[in-house]
Amino acid sequence: MTFGIVVFPGSNCDHDCYWGLKHELGLSVRFIWHRQRNLEGSDCIILPGGFAHGDYLRAGAIAQFSPVMDSVYQHAQKGKPVIGICNGFQVLTEIGLLPGALLRNDTQRFRHEPVRLRIERKDTRFTHAYNGASVIELPIAHGQGRYYAPAEIIEELEAGQQVLFRYCDAQGSLGAESNPNGSLQGIAGIMNRPGNVMGLMPHPERRMNARVGGADGRALFQSIATFG
Amino acid sequence: MTALIHITPKPDILDPQGRAVSSALHDLGYTEVSEVRIGRYITLEFDATAGQDPRPRLEEMCRRLLANINIETFKIEIQQ
Repeated sequence: MTFGIVVFPGSNCDHDCYWGLKHELGLSVRFIWHRQRNLEGSDCIILPGGFAHGDYLRAGAIAQFSPVMDSVYQHAQKGKPVIGICNGFQVLTEIGLLPGALLRNDTQRFRHEPVRLRIERKDTRFTHAYNGASVIELPIAHGQGRYYAPAEIIEELEAGQQVLFRYCDAQGSLGAESNPNGSLQGIAGIMNRPGNVMGLMPHPERRMNARVGGADGRALFQSIATFG
Repeated sequence: MTALIHITPKPDILDPQGRAVSSALHDLGYTEVSEVRIGRYITLEFDATAGQDPRPRLEEMCRRLLANINIETFKIEIQQ
């Protein structure tokens, strides 16, 4: 399995993803510049964090029209895996591969801190390698991470069990105190109905080794690499 | 011609930026302010085709790129 990391002007977590996949997990990985249409045989596409195109207009608004996104859209339509982390999640909602939108945090602040997440399902291609506890810790770093969708979409997401990660406390309970940005239902990460496209605001690529703060991000990539 | 495009968050969307500005106005003594909502204002110069209504294309630009219709509404004014 080869991972392709899309690099937009303004991406800044692309190298963290590359390092984590290649050197921590020993997986095959390459960069894909946003102007190219060829995904170079990548099996899983990663849209990394950062500020693609300066977040001008809205986060992800301009990135959705980068030439590479046509190919990424087709890739997703074929049922192949695509994940968006932070800014990448914003791009996935803008292009319509995931429902909803990510609005300015209700605190009006850029939040950068470790948060606890409850893994809602461990039977998906993105989470099946999480064997241990259902509460993990990953860092967030965003100003616009408040997940929002109209009530009927939220209902659909819940009915389809498409919410994979929610902000929680150490015991796994939800609540306003553990929700860093005001996301509806404490939503931190979702997948599409077929289960091949996933977006999350926290950064698994920054928790790939206990020496740099934790290793709770590893199983997410391992899940994708060993699925099926 | 010039199009003046106003983009604002939909009424049911919490606008924390507007809320912060509203409380700052209250602190300054403008207690008559009941709500502030903050959006974007875009001016767009374009070449008009004679006899053709520019509005459909401008609306398309708003829907596709300038606004996110899941969370925002837009209003277009056209100046000659």
